[in-house]
Amino acid sequence: MIDKKAIPYSKAGFSWLLKMAWRDGRASGSKLVLFMASIILGIAAVVSIQSFGENLKDNIQLQSKALMGADFIIDSGKPPNERVLQLMDSLGGANAKEINFTSMAAFPKTDAAKLVQVRGIEGGFPFYGELETTPIGAAKEYQAKGAALVDATVMLQLGMQPGDSIKVGNITLPIAGALNSVPGSTAIFSSVAPPILIPYRLIEETGLIQQGSRVDYEYYFVAKKGADMEQLDKILDPQLDAEDADLDTHTSTSERLGRRYDNFGKFLNLVAFISLLLGCVGIASAINIYIKEKLRAVAVLKCLGATRKQTFMIYLIQIAAMGLFGGIIGTVAGLLLQQLFPLLLQGLIPIEIQISFSAQAIFMGLLLGVLMSVLFALYPLIRTLYVSPLQTLRVGAEGVKKSRKALLLVSIGISVFVFLFALWLLKDWLYSLAFVGAILVTFSILGGVANLFMKGIKKYFPISWGFTARQSLLNLFRPQNQTLTLVLAIGVGTFLISTLYFTKDILLDQASIESNANSPNMILLDVQAGQELAVANTIEKSDMPVLDDIPIITMRVESIKGVMANDIRKDTTSTINQWVLNHEFRVTYRDSLIASETMEAGQWTREVTSKDLVPISVSDNFADDAKVQVGDDLTFNVQGVLLNTVIGSIRTVDWSRMQLNFSIVFPKGVLEEAPQFRVLTTKVPNEKQSALLQKELVKQFPNVSILDLRQVLSVIEGLLEKISWIINFMAFFSILTGIIVLLGAVRTSKYQRIKESVLLRTIGASSKQILKITALEYTYLGVLGGLSGILLSLIGSQLLALLVFKTSFLPSMFPFLVLFPGITLLVLSIGLLNSRSVIQSPPLEVLRKEGR
Amino acid sequence: MTKILNIHNLGKTYSSGSKELTVLQDISFDIEEGETFSIVGPSGSGKTTLLGLCAGLDKIDSGSISLCGTDLGKLNEDERAQLRNKHVGFIFQDFQLLPTLTALENVAVPLELRGDKNATKRAMELLGKVGLSDRIHHYPSQLSGGEQQRVALARAFCNSPSILFADEPTGNLDAETGEKVIQLLFELNKELGTTLVIVTHDLELAQKTQRILRLKGGRIIEEQTVVG
Repeated sequence: MIDKKAIPYSKAGFSWLLKMAWRDGRASGSKLVLFMASIILGIAAVVSIQSFGENLKDNIQLQSKALMGADFIIDSGKPPNERVLQLMDSLGGANAKEINFTSMAAFPKTDAAKLVQVRGIEGGFPFYGELETTPIGAAKEYQAKGAALVDATVMLQLGMQPGDSIKVGNITLPIAGALNSVPGSTAIFSSVAPPILIPYRLIEETGLIQQGSRVDYEYYFVAKKGADMEQLDKILDPQLDAEDADLDTHTSTSERLGRRYDNFGKFLNLVAFISLLLGCVGIASAINIYIKEKLRAVAVLKCLGATRKQTFMIYLIQIAAMGLFGGIIGTVAGLLLQQLFPLLLQGLIPIEIQISFSAQAIFMGLLLGVLMSVLFALYPLIRTLYVSPLQTLRVGAEGVKKSRKALLLVSIGISVFVFLFALWLLKDWLYSLAFVGAILVTFSILGGVANLFMKGIKKYFPISWGFTARQSLLNLFRPQNQTLTLVLAIGVGTFLISTLYFTKDILLDQASIESNANSPNMILLDVQAGQELAVANTIEKSDMPVLDDIPIITMRVESIKGVMANDIRKDTTSTINQWVLNHEFRVTYRDSLIASETMEAGQWTREVTSKDLVPISVSDNFADDAKVQVGDDLTFNVQGVLLNTVIGSIRTVDWSRMQLNFSIVFPKGVLEEAPQFRVLTTKVPNEKQSALLQKELVKQFPNVSILDLRQVLSVIEGLLEKISWIINFMAFFSILTGIIVLLGAVRTSKYQRIKESVLLRTIGASSKQILKITALEYTYLGVLGGLSGILLSLIGSQLLALLVFKTSFLPSMFPFLVLFPGITLLVLSIGLLNSRSVIQSPPLEVLRKEGR
Repeated sequence: MTKILNIHNLGKTYSSGSKELTVLQDISFDIEEGETFSIVGPSGSGKTTLLGLCAGLDKIDSGSISLCGTDLGKLNEDERAQLRNKHVGFIFQDFQLLPTLTALENVAVPLELRGDKNATKRAMELLGKVGLSDRIHHYPSQLSGGEQQRVALARAFCNSPSILFADEPTGNLDAETGEKVIQLLFELNKELGTTLVIVTHDLELAQKTQRILRLKGGRIIEEQTVVG
């Protein structure tokens, strides 16, 4: 007998496996084109976003000084006190200083008025970056000439030229030039209140710094070479905080800015990742059919002496190589695509972006290509392990065993990978877990719907239907049907696109002003005490109503529950939020709640007669941050006078409503005599009237700032429009991937059904009948997938609106009227297009072609 | 002479749903090295199952099979595959060529699996012997049935097997082509001194071998030595 150990073991090495993978793959390449396309699109989406994000981060870091115009800034909402001045002196004194505030400016030439941000500057600001002006020399001359630099867009809008004049408060200045860019200014803020630069020394003369004006004092510093910004921030910021001032270094600002775009980038990354996952559905379905066709070859190879591992490896290598190849093409496409992003994001980002290739994104693209392909191909691939060589003799005698354990392991592997990738993108395990959970739920629900549908029609099969209708229904649940794959592909694609639409609806709904007659659309700020009657008269003379006349008194918190604010600041164990102690509150008094408020606790007091222990109402977020409840004492410092109050009620405030909301509201009868200013609101019917009223008001009351909410809204809409552009751009990838998955699923199912169609033709079915069967079948699938996707997204968006945005929303009809029929039609056309060859060719030809 | 195949009390049962189906029982016989042997019987008599078991394509339920001195029952699937690669050649009724490989590559695979550096040279030689020198780069779909079976013959003899199993080798060919293939099979067999086991319906073909085993209902009903 021959000893078992003496059996010669196969010596074919890895190079043979590579050779076999290549030999087999070169002939099967065309069958994997769609598989490749799914990978390429998904990877391109992820890589473009990822690489652009990296570039953005690098650019912000590189340009951080130019973004700020200095190495660091000390700023405060009030003139610096002795202590702050001392601190600044210890730093060698500021290199430049600025006072800025928003105000109305008038342009005598055109008789126009506009809300602007007045920036009075002294010194060589900016120290980094440039003041870009037209003419170029204006940036250097405006200080000496006592002139103004006016935002270029305003100049263009109003038809102004250098040499024309601008009236700011009490003074009229010549315009030295148009301001094209200022360090640190974004197009978004500039479109509400465009910047006007004037010499610092002229600020006083404008007469605009009055009671209640929101003024910002900024001091610009140039640090010594090699100075440690973090250390400076660490030492100085707490000291400045105590004096109501703040230190911003160029590094902290760029980090903050980086983080802000990072969040947006993460969101886009997830959208891209979902389209990659969608592509993976395509991968799994394509490989499933592909491997099914290869099982016979696997049996032959085993018969000739190949081991289980060898046959498994041949196809694993093939798929990994295709994944890598797809990854390479996808990565290149992604890197090229990111060049478009700066164009799409124009105006949203305050810097110029130099696009370079991010090594991290490239590596990630290649890794994702291989990993996603292999992971999603693994389950069908595992079947090669269970193929018996006996199948060469009697095909079908012993079917391929299914392994539940393998399926479970692969599913766990996929979930872990998706989780790890999400974690890498989001850097938050809870969010990542929620993301994976949401994907699993979505896929499970869609899978459940497909299965339920199949079981349902099987159980309640309409026997009385005609031949074609019955046959088309049968196709949905017969062996090797594609119902599950197609419903998943169509469903996930539709879900994604309609969710993007619904989310946009929610965001727009949040920002819109209620159109009812009593909601104001123009707010007049900084109306001084005694001016309100005259201002109201002017408004009413122009045939517009004065909707609100809101008194505003500024005050600070002196003590909470008997503990002085200063002592709370020093107490390291205190959990009271610092802003409560440092903030200058703008407080009003009235006798009733307004639309954006609801009572949460305590009792509302309308009016009091005594000034001892006044019952006030605070907002819920104030109560949370100040750690106070109904009945607790609060003392306020009202411009030098101490006022003792008790919390009488706590209100929930909807801050997202476009109206004046307050953290603290006093009852009537206390603050009437306190130094105050007022905010008036009105409703203007159109732009022309708005311009006329603004002009009139600016002429008479130069200190009053006018905020046209419709203009603000159009800015927000513009912003959302831009963002939705990018979201749509990403959604486009999902749609395209979805179509490819669809094409793949339909094409693979074509191989399954072509024989049956031919048999039907052979036994006499007409082309029309076969066409009808196919058309009906794909219509069912399109309707089922599309409808489930939209309904699922409606539920998801409603939950999002309720839980995250705390609002209800009216879904737009786009997904129902355009997306749903569109997707159904698409599925139908792809299905019919694929059956063309069956209908047009004689049965024998098709049978012969398919047999080969 | 040495016994290359020894079968003792072989039994095989398949389960189909809840039913157990006995395909083979009490099968015992030997084949000696270099012998030509045929297994005949009506459809469903268990001939193909017996062939599959003899070649180690499936596990046995009872009894024992010793192939080239190795007890197949003691080997796992991969070990049986390696034994086949070293000692066994196959011819199938439906050729079973790998559709994505050319004729030359198909023939070379068994040798490549062994790590033989001369696989291609040897494959070309064999293809020459079966008269397909000018078709070596064709894919199976570009060849006729007869040509495909000749490629299969070249593949079967490529690794100089000790024993060759042929399952209805002419079953998918017309009479004339079938005759040519059989002639080639016997010529190569004689030239290389391989043991040949053929499963067939074709009694005329069976008569060309030295011994015939007749099966019916999974049992041996006759073992016959062909005279002449």
